[in-house]
Amino acid sequence: MMPAAARKAETLERAFAGRSLWADARARLFRNKAAVTGMVVLGIVAMLALFAPFVSRFAYDGIDYSIVTCAPDWWPFEAACKAGPGHWFGTDSVGRDLFVRVLYGARVSLAVGFVATLVSLVIGVLYGATAGYWGGRVDALMMRVVDILYSLPFIFFVIILMVMFDRNFYLLFVAIGAVVWLTMARIVRGQTLSAKQKEYIEAARAAGVSPFGIITRHIIPNVVGPVVVYVTLTVPDVILIESFLSFLGLGIQEPLTSWGVLISDGANIMESAPWMLIFPALFMAVTLFCFNFIGDGLRDALDPKDH
Amino acid sequence: MAALLEIRDLDVHFATPDGDIHAVKKVSLDIAEGTCLGVVGESGSGKSQLFLAAMGLLAANGRASGSVRYRGQELLGLEPAELNQYRGSKITMIFQDPLTSLTPHMTIGAQIREALTLHQKMPRQEAERRIREILEYVRIPEAARRMKQYPHELSGGMRQRVMIAMATITGPDLVIADEPTTALDVTVQAQILEILRALKTDKKTATALISHDMGVIAGSADQVQVMRHGEVVERGAVDEIFYAPRHDYTKMLLGSMPRLDQEPDIATSPGATLLDVEDVQVSFPVKGDGFFAAPRMLRAVDGISFTLRAGETLGVVGESGCGKSTLARAVLQLIPPDNGHVVWLGRDLTVEKQDAIRRARKGFQIVFQDPLASLDPRMPVGVSIAEPLRALEPSLSRADIRARVAAIMQKAGLDPAWINRYPHELSGGQNQRVGIARAMIVQPKMVVCDEAVSALDVSIQAQIVALIKSLQAETGMAMIFISHDLSVVRQLSHRVMVLYLGRVVEMAVADDLYRDPRHPYTRALLSAVPAPDPKRERARKRTLLKGDLPSPLDSRAPLAFLKSRRIDDPQAEQYRPKLVEVSAGHFVAEHDPA
Repeated sequence: MMPAAARKAETLERAFAGRSLWADARARLFRNKAAVTGMVVLGIVAMLALFAPFVSRFAYDGIDYSIVTCAPDWWPFEAACKAGPGHWFGTDSVGRDLFVRVLYGARVSLAVGFVATLVSLVIGVLYGATAGYWGGRVDALMMRVVDILYSLPFIFFVIILMVMFDRNFYLLFVAIGAVVWLTMARIVRGQTLSAKQKEYIEAARAAGVSPFGIITRHIIPNVVGPVVVYVTLTVPDVILIESFLSFLGLGIQEPLTSWGVLISDGANIMESAPWMLIFPALFMAVTLFCFNFIGDGLRDALDPKDH
Repeated sequence: MAALLEIRDLDVHFATPDGDIHAVKKVSLDIAEGTCLGVVGESGSGKSQLFLAAMGLLAANGRASGSVRYRGQELLGLEPAELNQYRGSKITMIFQDPLTSLTPHMTIGAQIREALTLHQKMPRQEAERRIREILEYVRIPEAARRMKQYPHELSGGMRQRVMIAMATITGPDLVIADEPTTALDVTVQAQILEILRALKTDKKTATALISHDMGVIAGSADQVQVMRHGEVVERGAVDEIFYAPRHDYTKMLLGSMPRLDQEPDIATSPGATLLDVEDVQVSFPVKGDGFFAAPRMLRAVDGISFTLRAGETLGVVGESGCGKSTLARAVLQLIPPDNGHVVWLGRDLTVEKQDAIRRARKGFQIVFQDPLASLDPRMPVGVSIAEPLRALEPSLSRADIRARVAAIMQKAGLDPAWINRYPHELSGGQNQRVGIARAMIVQPKMVVCDEAVSALDVSIQAQIVALIKSLQAETGMAMIFISHDLSVVRQLSHRVMVLYLGRVVEMAVADDLYRDPRHPYTRALLSAVPAPDPKRERARKRTLLKGDLPSPLDSRAPLAFLKSRRIDDPQAEQYRPKLVEVSAGHFVAEHDPA
């Protein structure tokens, strides 16, 4: 144990070091068990997806007609056939290994989820904060643009994009991102408008802080709470939109796959081959839970008033 | 005389997530019939909870034990139905904020009728007549018309009168008034206190007057009880408490009260001219009456001029809505004035570019009224304090900034180890010190204090005033000290300017203004300030203003003291009273002779 004087000196020194909101938030986030668990599990899922080819000896598009729709060997219930060793999650209706396909699906779903959300976050926050901060006519004009985009039928919009640019993987990001940022912009604008009224913004202006400094140092940290929560709700949303598009044949194409596609395939034959639904659904549910825990943790971490 | 209300060993506990809070500790008190008990204490002293507990109105997590007897009947632990035989008819309450305690969607008449007919059955006509009588009794003009209005159509003072009417219409024996005048302007406060005093003399109603303001208590109470941290530290007759206080806390409270009759000692003496404000006007658009009506312009600041010299303090006094905060923001270029010039060190700021104004802010800073609202809740206070330095002296290194922050925190009476605390972790007084440190860190030549001490408890207020004085003595900064509290302004100011509806009505050297006020509005303001001196308060003849501040949208309003030149049309362009220099440096707006 340290002598009292030394301990006091150390706490003083640490106190003097000066922390920022972000450093504090990080410390608080790592104290939150649910959020840390969420991050660890999400990390594991991401790693598995990344190293899928090394984890299993089967290829994601390797068809084997001798084991069509077979349960995994350990399946405790009755099944028409067993897939044999190595097929941990069983096989699908053309005999492809489900475990590998779930991991390859994770690649697509997570990528779409992250990239489209990131796109919507960047556009939405910049657009919304600008509209909210300047207010008046600028705000009215920018928000009418959002209203018009909102009124376009989404599927129609995606079909036009596909026809114009041919079907490709990256277009999926653009199409989804282009839709999700609208809500983000509205949320950020509303939060900015209310934050702008606060007296500490006026205090910052009186202190000589530039408009850019006010937006980055005062407004964004104060609107980040609701935004972070919305982001964690957007990722699952985007994953679902992707599966919906794929289901319509506008998204991912065979033999590539995503969780959405796997789940919709599995749902069709869940009575005879429940494993085809259970495993992708389980992965997706766990991932979505992780995002929600991380989101809650981030929101609490960014609010110093929270105990 | 037997006590009307007897409280014995009352304890109040609150169960909170942070553990049990013992808000009221074994408090006993008696209120005799027809007398006024003043309960004084600072925020958190448990003075309100004491009476809420007695009335069975504690929040759900609170519990009370002990004994509360009304005419011998135990009230504590009664079922609500039984309690309601007394509560609301024999014992009534008046709360601090009359807007939140009136129902917004019911007319005044309907609300008072509800209070009346809940306890006494009577025919409608009889009830209407009683309501009209009581509204006239609390001096609400045009009572019949007011009965049909909704709470938001009335001013704060009128609403508080309605509350008093509601509380007294059932003919109670005891009225509990919880900070009844705290949210009101000083002239309106004087009117409300007058009504409460009349209640005691005419109707022999006992009152419990809860207040943080020793001045309010001095003029109204017969008995006084001083509370701190849930305990009664001293009790006695009003004269004993004020003239021979025994407990240190009472002495400290009385010593902290700023007094109008106290000669201030101001160290600095004014130097060269810093700031020259010429005929500044600020208007806000106010929505018109109809959907297509053009917005009308509310003149918040209507042609104000003054100069400020280095090291000088200019006090700006006026009631809510007089434009004093708007004036401060216009001077600091936080709101661009519509008209006029603000000349800072020879440069006209009203024509400068935004970025030039921003850089000029190194010379002038502001301290806000609400310390918690003016600090970013997500910023540690050290970062908040450093902010002007970072913005205005970007060449400084991190180590320099840290050293400057530590130095200014020490000067402002803050522990430099607190740089990582968040505003919600500090008390109101500490947060205001943070606000002052933030304003002072760039070593400005002028600081505007916009009601900087108004939200604080008296003892804290005295500390902050002392801090501001010592900082001024050390740095020689000039100050514009804005407050509604004339006694605080007196302690700090070289000169004082009195505003009424956006215009200057009187401006003079502080001593002249307080000794020899010339304008009827200044006189009314000064006479309305309650002094912590019971004998003087009892003897005092007040010059009460009738009614409320008129609507600033009415162009006739600013001529309330010059009716002879008034054109009787709310839209007309009116005569502008000129400032007349009655003696050296003492300016008074033209007014009708009293």
